[in-house]
Amino acid sequence: MRTLLFLLQKEFKQIFRDPGILRVIFMMPAMQLIVLPMAADYEVKNIKLAVVDHNRSTYTQTLINKITASGYFQLDQYTASYKEALHEMESDNADIILEIPLGFEKDFVKEQQAEVLIAVNAINGVKAGLGAAYLQSIITDYNQELRVKFVQLPRVNHTPAINVTYSNWFNPLMNYKFFMVPGILVILLTMVGSFLASLNIVKEKESGTIEQINVTPIKKYHFILGKLIPFWVLGLVILTIGLSIARIAYGIIPAGSLFTIYIFAAVYLLAVLGLGLLLSTYCATQQQAMLISFFMMMIFVLMSGLYTPIDSMPEWAQWITRFNPVSYFIEVMRMVVLKGSSLADISRHILIVLGFAVALNTWAVLSYRKRA
Amino acid sequence: MKQFLSFVRKEFYHIWRDKRTMFILLAMPVIQIIIFGFALTNEVKNARIAIFDQSHDAATAGLLTEISASKYFDIQANLHRQQDIDAIFKSGQAKMVIVLPANFQSDLQHLNQVNVQLIADASDPNTATTLINYASAVIRDYNQRLLQDQQIPYIINTQVRMLYNPQLKGAYSFVPGVMAMVLMLVCTMMTAITIVREKEMGTMEVMLVSPVQPLKIVTAKAVPYLLLSVVNIISILLLSVFVLDVPIKGNIVLLMGESILFTITCLSFGLFISAVTDSQQTAMFISLTGMFLPTVMLSGFMFPVENMPLPLQVISHAVPARWFYQVVRSVMIKGLDITGVWKETLILLGMTVFLLLLAIRKFKIRLA
Repeated sequence: MRTLLFLLQKEFKQIFRDPGILRVIFMMPAMQLIVLPMAADYEVKNIKLAVVDHNRSTYTQTLINKITASGYFQLDQYTASYKEALHEMESDNADIILEIPLGFEKDFVKEQQAEVLIAVNAINGVKAGLGAAYLQSIITDYNQELRVKFVQLPRVNHTPAINVTYSNWFNPLMNYKFFMVPGILVILLTMVGSFLASLNIVKEKESGTIEQINVTPIKKYHFILGKLIPFWVLGLVILTIGLSIARIAYGIIPAGSLFTIYIFAAVYLLAVLGLGLLLSTYCATQQQAMLISFFMMMIFVLMSGLYTPIDSMPEWAQWITRFNPVSYFIEVMRMVVLKGSSLADISRHILIVLGFAVALNTWAVLSYRKRA
Repeated sequence: MKQFLSFVRKEFYHIWRDKRTMFILLAMPVIQIIIFGFALTNEVKNARIAIFDQSHDAATAGLLTEISASKYFDIQANLHRQQDIDAIFKSGQAKMVIVLPANFQSDLQHLNQVNVQLIADASDPNTATTLINYASAVIRDYNQRLLQDQQIPYIINTQVRMLYNPQLKGAYSFVPGVMAMVLMLVCTMMTAITIVREKEMGTMEVMLVSPVQPLKIVTAKAVPYLLLSVVNIISILLLSVFVLDVPIKGNIVLLMGESILFTITCLSFGLFISAVTDSQQTAMFISLTGMFLPTVMLSGFMFPVENMPLPLQVISHAVPARWFYQVVRSVMIKGLDITGVWKETLILLGMTVFLLLLAIRKFKIRLA
C-alpha cells in the first residue's frame, strides 16, 4: 500500500510538472466543449435557392414569395436560364434550382395541369432529400390554395382525413446542442483517458526508465495501478469540468442524477484506461502508440453514434459498434442527461462496459508480465 | 542535392524498418474508406419505433402494415398504457411512438376525421424531424389510397432531378472527407512527431552540427510521407471507384495534383508544429486539436458550414481541409475543371507558403 502511495505521488508529480500537458489536459476539453457544439448543427435550413422564372406571372410571383416566407430557403439567384443557374450550383452558390416554364400560367388555367422543375445538388443526400421535400410541400400547399379558387369545394368535407399531430419529447425546442454536448464530452474523456495513459507508459519504455522500475521490488500491479489511478482521477475531474461547462455555457442540466453519470463514468474510464494500457504493452515507441490510438480513436468516434445514427448502419457495422465502448457512453450520456434515465435503465450498458474493463485490463496485465 | 537524397533515403529506412507503423499508414485509408463509405450515413432507416394502438381494428391494422413495410421503421414494441411511452424512451428502445386513438376506424368512417399522434424522442433533433416527416408521409399515402377514386383537377406537377448523386448515397460526401482526414493524419501528425522525436531524443542536435542545411534535414523528413500519401491517395481513389461506386467525373490528373498540393499543405503544417513544440506528446495534441477535430467539425464534411455561427464560419476559412474538401467535391463529383476550383487552389497554395515560411522562421530562431 505504501509503495503504491509513493508511486502515485511520483506519477502525479510527473503529470503536474509538465505545464504543456497540463494545459492540454484542462484547456483542450474546455475549449472544445465551448466551440465545437456551435459548429455541430445538422438542421437543414438556409437552403440556397436559384429561381429560373420563364413565366413571370402573378402566379409565379406568389409562389416564390411563399417559398421565401417559409424560412427554409434564401433566394440567392434570379437567373435567366437553367444553364446559368446550373453554373451557380457548380460554384456552390445554389443548392436548389426551381425552374418555371414559359407556359406555366396558361397550362394551369387551360389544361388544368402545369409543371415545374426542381433540380437539387444531391452530393449531400440528406440535405438534398429534405430540401426537395420542403419545396415540394410548399408547392403542394400553393396548389391547394389555387385549386380552392377555381373549384368550389363542398362545405362539408366528405373525404376521410387522417390528421397527424406530433410532439417532441425531451428536447421540445429541438436544440441540437443538447444532443451534441454530452456526446462531445464523452469523446474528450476517452481521448484523455486512453491516449495519455498509453503514451505515458510508452514514454517510460522509450526513455528506458521502465527498466529501472522493473528492477526495483515494486510489484507489477503496483506499477499498473500507479499508472491507472492518476488518469482515472484526471478523467473524473475532466468530467466534472465538462458538466459544469455544459451547464454554464449551454444551460444543460442533466435530467437524470449526476450520481448515475459518475457511476458509469467511473466504470467506463477503467475500460478506456485498460485499452490504453493494452496499447502501451504492444507498442515500442510513442509514435507507434499515437498512431494506433489515433487510428482506433477515429473509428471509435466516427462509429459511436455521435455524428451519424447507429440504427442506420448496415448490420456488420452495427456489430462493430457493439465492441465500441464509446458508443455505450454516448448513449448513456444522452439517456441520462436528456431523458433522465435511471441506473436501472442503463444497467445493461454498465454491465457491458464493466466486461470491457475486466477483459482489457486482464489482457493488458497478462501481456505486460510476459514482457517484463 | 546528393546529401539531401541520402537523407531522404535514411528517413525511408526509418519508416520501412517499423513495419507496424508502415502497415497502419497504408491500411488505414483502406479500412476507413470501407467502413465509413458503407457505414456512415445521416440517412435514417430501420429506426426503432413503438406503437400504442388503442383501437386494434381493420383500419389501424392496415396503417400498421404500411408502416412496418417501410424500410425506415422497425417496430420494436406494442405499448398498452400511456405510461409505457415514457418508459420505452428512457430505456432507449424506441425513437418514436405512434399513438392511434380508440375507435379509429369508426371515427374515420363516420366522422371522416381521426387524429394520429406522433411522439418523437427529440433528444436527437435530426432523427426526430426525419422520423416525423417519414411517418407523416406514410400516413398521408395511406390516406390518399382511401380516397383513390376521386379525380383532382388543377395540378402543379413537380419534376425533381437529383444532380450529381441521383441515388442520394452517403459515400458521395464521405469519400472527399475521408481523403482529407487521412492525408492530414499521415502528413501533419507523422511529420510533426518524427521531427519532434529527434529533438526529444537529442539526435536533432547531432544532425544540426553536420554540414547539411537544417532546412534540408527537415524537408528530407517530410518527403517519405509525401510519397506515402500519394500511395494512399491512389488507394482511396481506387476503392471509391471500384468498391463504393463513387465515380471520378473530373480530370484525374487535376484531382491528383490538387491532392498533392493539399498533402504539401499538411506537411507544412506538420513542419510548423514540430518547430514550435519540444515533446512528442505536445506535438500530437496540437495536431489532434489543430487538425483532426477542426477537420471533422469545421470543414463542412459533417456539418453544413452555413449553419454555423459567424465566428466559426470565419474560423472555418482557415481550415485547409475545408478548401480541399470543396475541391475534391467539385472535381471528383461535379466534374469541374481548373476554372471551377482556381480560387480554392490559390488559397491552399497561399496557406502552404505561409506555413512553410512560418516553420522556417521558427527553425532559424532555434538555431541561433
